[in-house]
Amino acid sequence: MSAPPSGQRSLPAFSAAGLIKALINDPLEWFGNLTIFFWQVLRAAVTSPFEGRELVRQLDEVGSKSLPLVAMAGTAIGAVLSMEARFSLVQFGAKALLPATVVWSIIQEMGPIITSLVVCGRVGAGIGAELASMKVTEQIDAIEASAINPYRLLAATRILACILMLPLLTVVADGCGVFAGWLAQTLVEPISFRRFIDAGFNGATLNLFLPPTFKTAVFGLIVGLIASFQGMRTRGGAGGVGRAATNSVVLSSLFVILADVVLVKFILVFFP
Amino acid sequence: MATAYKIPTEPEQVEQDNGTPILAVENLHKSFGNQKVLDGVSLKISRGETLAVLGRSGTGKSVLLRIIIGLEKPDSGSVRIHGQDIAGLALDQLGEIRKKMGFLFQQAALYDSLTVAENVAFPLKHHRGEMSESEKADRVKQLLAEVGMEGDLNKMPSDISGGMQKRVGLARALALEPEILLLDEPTAGLDPISSAEIDQLVLTLQREHRMASIVVTHDLHSARTIADRLALLNDGRVVAEGTFEDLEKSDIAFVQEFLKQA
Repeated sequence: MSAPPSGQRSLPAFSAAGLIKALINDPLEWFGNLTIFFWQVLRAAVTSPFEGRELVRQLDEVGSKSLPLVAMAGTAIGAVLSMEARFSLVQFGAKALLPATVVWSIIQEMGPIITSLVVCGRVGAGIGAELASMKVTEQIDAIEASAINPYRLLAATRILACILMLPLLTVVADGCGVFAGWLAQTLVEPISFRRFIDAGFNGATLNLFLPPTFKTAVFGLIVGLIASFQGMRTRGGAGGVGRAATNSVVLSSLFVILADVVLVKFILVFFP
Repeated sequence: MATAYKIPTEPEQVEQDNGTPILAVENLHKSFGNQKVLDGVSLKISRGETLAVLGRSGTGKSVLLRIIIGLEKPDSGSVRIHGQDIAGLALDQLGEIRKKMGFLFQQAALYDSLTVAENVAFPLKHHRGEMSESEKADRVKQLLAEVGMEGDLNKMPSDISGGMQKRVGLARALALEPEILLLDEPTAGLDPISSAEIDQLVLTLQREHRMASIVVTHDLHSARTIADRLALLNDGRVVAEGTFEDLEKSDIAFVQEFLKQA
């Protein structure tokens, strides 16, 4: 027997009460449930037994299988950035700044954000749909009935995999982007890769690279957490699975972008 | 309201040597929103006994099983396993109790990314670390042989029929040698021949493993075949409890109507 609907009455969409519910009550309830979910996952993650085998499987799923897509995205961004920046810089007589523009833009922002959004789409939808499908077919209940903590086995492993893999994927995207930026430049005005890199990294310190790359670990937490939450709280059969997958992508992308605003400010203040 | 018809049960039929039933559900209440699903359900069961819980669709039979295994929390009342109330236990504490129970879900709930053998091995991999890989593999083969699925080790759940999935689900439920077996509508959706096969399988396994079993079903024929006692739910309450012959003698209108229509 499935649980009957909750006793909450649905309100007309455009009534004042309906608007308050939609704009205030529902988001607050969502955040509250997400916080409870995060706490349950955290408690499960720091207690034994640790699901090492499942974590390795998820590292492969999140990392290895996202690699081609991330590499392509980084390549495309690097090429586009190089072409667009060249057009603008030539007009200002600042063509010599092109390598630095490409390298700094990719490493500081474009690489991390593009990688994270690509992973939001691929991994977020995958986690949301997989866990939602398991929820509606009672597989998660079966895991729990087998005395296995589903927060530890399913959610914690996926979240940790996202946290660990996103910085590594970002490095790949950065590398592909810089290479593609050089390639786009050299096809128009030949320049050796060595000269491009020297010019691009001129004056750079570790602060150029480390903080933006490690901020993607926070993005990984957002993607893994929201996708797992949406999946494991699904109701409503096939429609619920679809909604879980869509909401995983939309909400994780939104919160990644919002978190980026905060983290960029944080980095500029503490890692000038 | 009709009073529950209950035969005078000899104490030793429901109590173990130390006087405590292996599973005791006491005055359970559960609502979902405004809908009252369980309204003071009390049941007891002893080792080696099979209790069938019958009732119309939507009367809370499956919710009762989910509360017993801890997937739902009751609004009030208690569920005692070996005398210990499990209602307030945290997830990891509840895990120790759950290792003593096996649960067969209505749709089997097999893990669709794992093969038949991997499904049955799943509880062993997590809870029987002391067993070697070959011991686990042998145990999986033994369990699947008991349910007649020894030739389908490497098939995926999507490659086998509903009846076969139930058999695999049953093998998985038995993996940790549980003391208590909970079966949620084991014959639901199956043809009469497959239903009879599942009934015989449950009966055979019950005799061999001597577990306490609770079977939730709306199939009266199945209940008569496999159960020692029957409990009939209506409006969230146990309205009759006893053997099939005892229920036949009941003068409660609902009981007679249920037996007539089943």
